[in-house]
Amino acid sequence: MNGIAYTRYELLRTFRNRRFFLFSLGFPLIFFWLIAAPQHNKVISGTGLTYATYYMVSLASFGTMMSMISTGARIAGERQAGWTRQLRISPLSVRAYFRAKVLTAYAMALSSLLLLYISGSLLGVSLSAGRWLAMTGLIMVGLLPFAALGILVGHLVNTDSVGPLMGGLVSILAFLGGAWFAITSGFLHAFGQFLPSWWLVQARNVALDGHAWGARGWITVAAWTAILAAGAAWAYRRDTARV
Amino acid sequence: MTTQAIAQLDGATIEPSGGVCLHGLVKSYRGPEGPIRAVRGIEVSIAAGETVALLGPNGAGKSTTIDMLLGLSKPDGGTVSVFGRPPREAVDAGLVGAMLQTGGLIRDLSVRELVGMMASLYPDPMDVEEALEVTGLNATGGQRTHKLSGGQTQRVRFALAIVCNPDLLVLDEPTVALDVEGRREFWSIMREFAARGKTVLFATHYLEEADSNADRAILMAHGRIVADGPTTEIKARVGRRTLRATLPDVNQSSLAGLPGVAAAERHGAVVILSCIDSDQSIRALLEQYPAAKDIEITGGSLEDAFLELTGEPDADGPDADKPQPGTR
Ligand SMILES: Nc1ncnc2c1ncn2[C@@H]1O[C@H](COP(=O)(O)OP(=O)(O)O)[C@@H](O)[C@H]1O
Ligand SMILES: [Mg+2]
Repeated sequence: MNGIAYTRYELLRTFRNRRFFLFSLGFPLIFFWLIAAPQHNKVISGTGLTYATYYMVSLASFGTMMSMISTGARIAGERQAGWTRQLRISPLSVRAYFRAKVLTAYAMALSSLLLLYISGSLLGVSLSAGRWLAMTGLIMVGLLPFAALGILVGHLVNTDSVGPLMGGLVSILAFLGGAWFAITSGFLHAFGQFLPSWWLVQARNVALDGHAWGARGWITVAAWTAILAAGAAWAYRRDTARV
Repeated sequence: MTTQAIAQLDGATIEPSGGVCLHGLVKSYRGPEGPIRAVRGIEVSIAAGETVALLGPNGAGKSTTIDMLLGLSKPDGGTVSVFGRPPREAVDAGLVGAMLQTGGLIRDLSVRELVGMMASLYPDPMDVEEALEVTGLNATGGQRTHKLSGGQTQRVRFALAIVCNPDLLVLDEPTVALDVEGRREFWSIMREFAARGKTVLFATHYLEEADSNADRAILMAHGRIVADGPTTEIKARVGRRTLRATLPDVNQSSLAGLPGVAAAERHGAVVILSCIDSDQSIRALLEQYPAAKDIEITGGSLEDAFLELTGEPDADGPDADKPQPGTR
């Protein structure tokens, strides 16, 4: 019935969870400072972006992907504990349940983003208010496929494998998306553009001329969102049938 | 008795909003060697305000029945009605609280917060402090849920089940992980809550639990109901104990005549007494035959008692789904 109070408690739980601080907030922040700080004003050849801008968005992509997919770890854990069944014999609707999970993931993602924006500003990233907003907007949209992926993973995988799966998935997607170093040509360049993480990372180009995604970006993100949302719905139904 | 039972089972004599009504419930699971017929056509009706034990050995189908009663799984056949509604509607209206057989708590909240979170989902919940009070958790309210003992965890789960202020409370083997003291505490809390006029259905495989906490017991074995009646009657049917003693030179028939003894056998120097009331029997035995030694009393297992009542575990005769004559 009252999904709002439920969402509030979910947020409270999330922000009390130490692992969340470590993986979603701590890691990206530490990596950012380690990589970007020594040469923050230097431009990375072939990109037109400074180290600070480039890695701010790269690590934001990493951290926010982690936030979204960690929903899966939480769902897997709650399923294993039998908590999901307990919730299913309450009036909380499935919709309200997933809305709370996704909103919580976005709250985590926004926190991670904010800390990286602040760090970026301290290292000389300077954008107009409009461009900060545009960048944030694109990242939020670019995370939609990952919100669905989180739910898919949560209902497919058990708690033992969810950790390694998440870590592996995010690392590979970040790498192929061009988060760690610019992929400007060749097979990886052609292939990467089919991945949702590529477009997440491309949000950095807002810093260049205010634009980052062409039609291809929007279509790729929309397609992945549709595919993964269908997958999540399937996994959820399959999971309940097994009770 | 039997005709009355049948009339009841049709649903004809039951008020539609009266309580819980399970009609012709059937449920199978897919197993590696064909279907596992967990519930094979059961008829149960529970009036509002009754406290009923669903008693049966492991694998009898108790949890499967409870899952269907709560709307967690869909029956292959038959209908469930809870206060005249389908289970999902009864749950949404906040009429049902349940403690499932398996289930832990989620981390990173205090006991008070977790109970508050559950309360927030319901239309007309109990006050959170009252739920903590009833379950004896006042002092534990501030503690994080992952730092609780087994007994405390079960009490929190009980608090989660009652915080919606349900009319029907369903408990699936709630004390299985608890020690003797924990069990005693748990049941006394349960009885106090039931005394508020609640309808309670709890599953157990301990005859004693059914006997001391319910007015009525429904015996289940191999997916069927094999007896249904007042706990005292049920206890007399399945609660036999076996008393063994080394006692040579005593006539078998005089042993069979001891109070509380239903039958006596002799194997050499050893006598085996089948007792309806073993307390009475042992007192009488020692009084009359102080020479008796190596005395041993064992409870006949429920599984054995049920097998006796059901006959072949997988028999599927035409009357197999009907309760035994003489039960209600
Ligand atoms: N999810 C399942 N898949 C396959 N078989 C199951 C499943 N759940 C229960 N069973 C089987 O159904 C029967 C009844 O189980 P259950 O309802 O759990 O009994 P109880 O609660 O009385 O111990 C058992 O034979 C059990 O092995
Ligand atoms: Mg069970």
